[in-house]
Amino acid sequence: MIHFQKISKRYENGNDALLNISFELDQGEITFLTGHSGAGKSTLLKLIMLIERPSGGRLIVCDQDTAKVGRAAIPFYRRQIGMVFQNHQLLFDRTVYDNVALPLIIAGYRPRETGRRVRAALDKVGLLDKENLNPIALSGGEQQRVGIARAVVNKPRILIADEPTGNLDPELSAEIMDLFDQFSQVGVTVLIATHDLGLISRYDHRLLSLDSGQLISDGTDSIAADPHHQIYTGGY
Amino acid sequence: MNQPTAPKPAPKGATAAGTTFSQRFQSWREHHKEVALESLRRLMATPLPTLMTILVIAISLSLPAGLYVMLKNAEAISNDWDGSAQISLFLRFQTSAEQGRKLADTLAKRSDVKRTEYISREQALAEFQEQSGFGDLLQELGENPLPAVVVVYPSVTDLNAAEKLRSDLAKQGEVDLAQLDAQWVQRLYAILELGRRLVAALSIGLALAVLLVIINTIRLAIESRRDEIIIVKLVGGTDAFVRRPFMYTGLWYGLGGCVIALMLIQTVLWWLDGPVAALSDLYRSQFELSGLGLEVSFLMLTGSILIGLVGARLAVSQHIRSIEPG
Repeated sequence: MIHFQKISKRYENGNDALLNISFELDQGEITFLTGHSGAGKSTLLKLIMLIERPSGGRLIVCDQDTAKVGRAAIPFYRRQIGMVFQNHQLLFDRTVYDNVALPLIIAGYRPRETGRRVRAALDKVGLLDKENLNPIALSGGEQQRVGIARAVVNKPRILIADEPTGNLDPELSAEIMDLFDQFSQVGVTVLIATHDLGLISRYDHRLLSLDSGQLISDGTDSIAADPHHQIYTGGY
Repeated sequence: MNQPTAPKPAPKGATAAGTTFSQRFQSWREHHKEVALESLRRLMATPLPTLMTILVIAISLSLPAGLYVMLKNAEAISNDWDGSAQISLFLRFQTSAEQGRKLADTLAKRSDVKRTEYISREQALAEFQEQSGFGDLLQELGENPLPAVVVVYPSVTDLNAAEKLRSDLAKQGEVDLAQLDAQWVQRLYAILELGRRLVAALSIGLALAVLLVIINTIRLAIESRRDEIIIVKLVGGTDAFVRRPFMYTGLWYGLGGCVIALMLIQTVLWWLDGPVAALSDLYRSQFELSGLGLEVSFLMLTGSILIGLVGARLAVSQHIRSIEPG
């Protein structure tokens, strides 16, 4: 579903954000992406979203060579991918319902179909009774769940989450993770960027670790047992 | 937290229900309606700045339009003036009074002639005596030196057509000399032409001003919705989708500005109507103030909306690419 083939990314200022990264995520696979700040997590997600373009290598997403996706095709490409942001990126000038409906309105769904899907997504994240509230009235965990509902409302094939549990306590984080598990069970490829080691250690998911733009480990090994990881995450 | 629903088959993505072409078209139309109303609601939510922008547009539009109305009425006045242009045909001395009258009658039937007037040699002499004060002197001459005259009032208002008529009439056998008295008309025409150019120049200049006002207003609106644009782009919004609300904002500004401008002009016309009627009465004229007219109003409305759309488009295309997630 997502296939990195020797991907490198060098920014215009000469900074090598990613070096020769190769990995493949299958359909329905759920994977953690970790690494300290500046390790290249954000760059990797930006490449998948086509916010940035790789300087070298090939990136295949949903059987599409992303190099062939032109500027005008990017919106349609992005509709296959749901994205959950650390800071939620909700719009506070409209209701929860309208926030979640946005991807469907963009994709041109009819109001009836939109309503059905929005309510299904809100039901999924347990916020059906809050659809008419402004998201500003919700707690951090609830806002994050609105963000997740918006990311999955269009039934994307890929779900990308950037620090989805960043500001949440362990209990709320577990709820969010449960949701991601459920999506992966129905065939959605889920990639979660996080430096929440506690979270990672509680699940037995595949783990990609980045350090200085390089992929230093790819496996399901418990992160806590990795001495190298201990060193650079000591600050957390 | 809800229990996980039973595992569903893998999502089919874009081929899911509700996206056939006609359904898409219908939802596209509904979306346009929704966006149009939403843009209007946004404008209404900040009534004072919106009103100020619309007033600037309205005043800019009503200046050339008002001048145009004045010009149109001036032209109407000039047409109202029966004696605006006249051609004097000086007849040969040997032409009899009867022949002269007959000529006048024949010419009056031409389509490019409104009416004619025959002035016999005697009438001409009497008039000249009365007006010049040389009456005694002419009496001394014994013989009437003045020719009979047929005065032709052309129905054509165009000066070139009048000149053509003059040279045509000069070919008549009885006519010794044909003269077009058109200085007054020529002056008026020159002034009207100047007015027309002024209206045109003012229209272009102020249309440009309206365009700039709209570009700037929409640029600010885009800046204030920067976060929203980024989110929309991240969840797959096309440039057209991002552009749409601003295009409708431009449309509303154009429409609102023009409607207010038309109302301003109409108000001024009502205000002037009484005095103009009184004045025209004093001159025993049938003249009535006329407004912009339906056709010109409609043209102005279309133009104004077009300026709104073009301004929005320019503002958006300038900024839409610079607002990217990253």
